[in-house]
Amino acid sequence: MTFDFWTNLIEGQVELSLLIWACLLVIVMYIARQPAHQMILVLARSLRNALRLMARSVMLAEKQLRSRNREVLLAQGQEHAERFIEREFQRVETLVNRDLSGYPSLQRDLKEQITRIDEDYVQSSEVPPKPPEWLKAVEAVADIPDNGSPVVAKILNDIHTTLKKALETDLQEYRRANRERHGLLKKMMPYWRSLTNSLNSVERKITGLEQRSIIIDSQMQGYEDIRNHTDYAERMLSSSSLTQFFISGLALCLAVIGMYVNFQLVALPMEEMVGAASYLGSSNIRASDVSALFIISIEVILGLFLMESVGVTQLFPVIHLLEDHKRRMIFWIMLSFLFIFAGIEASLAYMRDMLASDREALSQLLTGVEVAEPPLRWIPSLGQMIMGFILPFVLTFVAIPLESFIHSFRTVSGLFIVWLLHMLVVVIRFIANLVFGVGKMLMSFYDLVIFIPLKIESGFIKNKSDKKDDKISGVLTHQQEVGEDS
Amino acid sequence: MSMKIFAAKALFFSLGFLLLMSLLAQHGCSEPRSKKAVYVLVDTSGTYSKQFDKVQTVLRYLLGSLQPGESLALARIDSESFNEKDIVARMTFDLRPSMANAQKRAFLESVEAFGKNIKSSKYTDITGGILQAIEYLNETRATEKHILIFSDLKEEIKKGQVRNFPISFDGTHVVAVNVTKLKSDNVDPREYQKRLEQWSERVEQGGGDWKMINDLNHLSQIIE
Repeated sequence: MTFDFWTNLIEGQVELSLLIWACLLVIVMYIARQPAHQMILVLARSLRNALRLMARSVMLAEKQLRSRNREVLLAQGQEHAERFIEREFQRVETLVNRDLSGYPSLQRDLKEQITRIDEDYVQSSEVPPKPPEWLKAVEAVADIPDNGSPVVAKILNDIHTTLKKALETDLQEYRRANRERHGLLKKMMPYWRSLTNSLNSVERKITGLEQRSIIIDSQMQGYEDIRNHTDYAERMLSSSSLTQFFISGLALCLAVIGMYVNFQLVALPMEEMVGAASYLGSSNIRASDVSALFIISIEVILGLFLMESVGVTQLFPVIHLLEDHKRRMIFWIMLSFLFIFAGIEASLAYMRDMLASDREALSQLLTGVEVAEPPLRWIPSLGQMIMGFILPFVLTFVAIPLESFIHSFRTVSGLFIVWLLHMLVVVIRFIANLVFGVGKMLMSFYDLVIFIPLKIESGFIKNKSDKKDDKISGVLTHQQEVGEDS
Repeated sequence: MSMKIFAAKALFFSLGFLLLMSLLAQHGCSEPRSKKAVYVLVDTSGTYSKQFDKVQTVLRYLLGSLQPGESLALARIDSESFNEKDIVARMTFDLRPSMANAQKRAFLESVEAFGKNIKSSKYTDITGGILQAIEYLNETRATEKHILIFSDLKEEIKKGQVRNFPISFDGTHVVAVNVTKLKSDNVDPREYQKRLEQWSERVEQGGGDWKMINDLNHLSQIIE
């Protein structure tokens, strides 16, 4: 059926032919309106339901993943909190062992000091002088009436003189005793100071312990929150994990830059060992580059094991569970290897400098330019050697951010997938609503195409209903009239 | 904990892979992937022998460009050029850069010594020189073979010498550098054109690639 078939229904009357076809189409569409509407509606609803089902299953997956993430996060947090608390307890133990192990001797010292002070204090107490025994006899003699007798007056004068002497002697004795007491009190001062120092030291130690106990309390609170699976704990861990992810990622980026610098130091001299024009198979990868990468990888591995043996990281449970002396042995072996590799790298760095100078000299010879050797040529050589020696040790610390990155990546990747699934649900739901909306729009468009017969139909129905109303109202009027007559 | 173990294993697998690659690098592939060999032919006949400074310029450029593992040879074109005695210097540079640099210095010294004692030859056996070059280049097993001819391209051979036969170039790039014009070319420039066309035709018929560079400012085009 060509286009001509549709346009030449009536010869030479294209517009008329098209109009006839359009009318026929409208009539057919009008007749098939109800089943067509149903078909569109069923199709749209089916699609919407299928998409909703899909969205629900994705939501279920999201929920499961969210729950799994939560479990992982809390498990990690719990492990971390346990490690932290364990470490704090170890610190407390160290404090107790170091500071409070001397507590019995300190107590003994304090007791001794207090005893001495007590003794001194007792000795320094003031004893009131006893009144002389003959004082009553003096009183009795003093009561004797003199009656103007010179003998009595002389006796009394003698008594007076004797008393004065006795008083002076007592006063001197009293002053001497007081001096002694002051001397004793003066001797007590260093003991007091020593006692104060001892008590201050005890206070400091107790304060250190108190601070540790506060930290442990807060950690225990966090640990309890984690164990109780509270939302607060989850939020805190999630936020902490994200922070860790970015910080460790940044540190790893810096480590990669360091590795690149290291690679540049090693790659050129490695050409001397494996050949400058050797490639890996038929690829473009240079053998010298791979060898340089291998050396750097070995250094990183040694660093990882070193950190593991010290207990800074816990990437390899096998090493972590080893006995202390074995771990110490691994530490020394790794450190020795690292020293060897650092030495190799330093010599390679020096060789690199020599090769670069040689290459430069050759290119100058070939171009015919005579350039004198720059002064202080040894400074970059020495710098390269030092860098070559230090970088392997610096790379050792890559293990710390690497562990953090692996830990946090697990959480962050989980969160990212949850977000992706959530977005997928939103998109699927949007498409479902869109499909249903398009179905409804298609139905309206269908009615728009056949609006003329629809208008005629509605007019006809309205007319019919008007006539029916008239009939009913006529019947009612007649009945009313009959009623009135009767 | 399982994730940590997995990460640790992944790390070790990747490092192990690097180790394997490095072992392959040590044992599996000591040959260069792409290898060039350049044979420089210098005309020492009376008219051309004064152009040696240009040859030196190009040779210096080549020594700077060629990598360890690649080959370079210098030979003269005289009355009987199909002869090993005409090779002034030939070297396949060591894979170690320091050794290759030392070889390049030695090569340069040989070239300079040769430049001081050029003896002019009576005849110009270009075909013989090319045959010798092809033989040397095939021996190097290079993937890219170049013959650089410093000559006016006017062949003059002894009586009895047979040089009028097709040569198999087999993908060799032949570059005519600094092709000077003779006095007779000024009388009839068509002779110069004809000489160039004959050589170009001969090289291309033998499966080679012909190029001519007279401007030494474009040295990079010689063995591109």
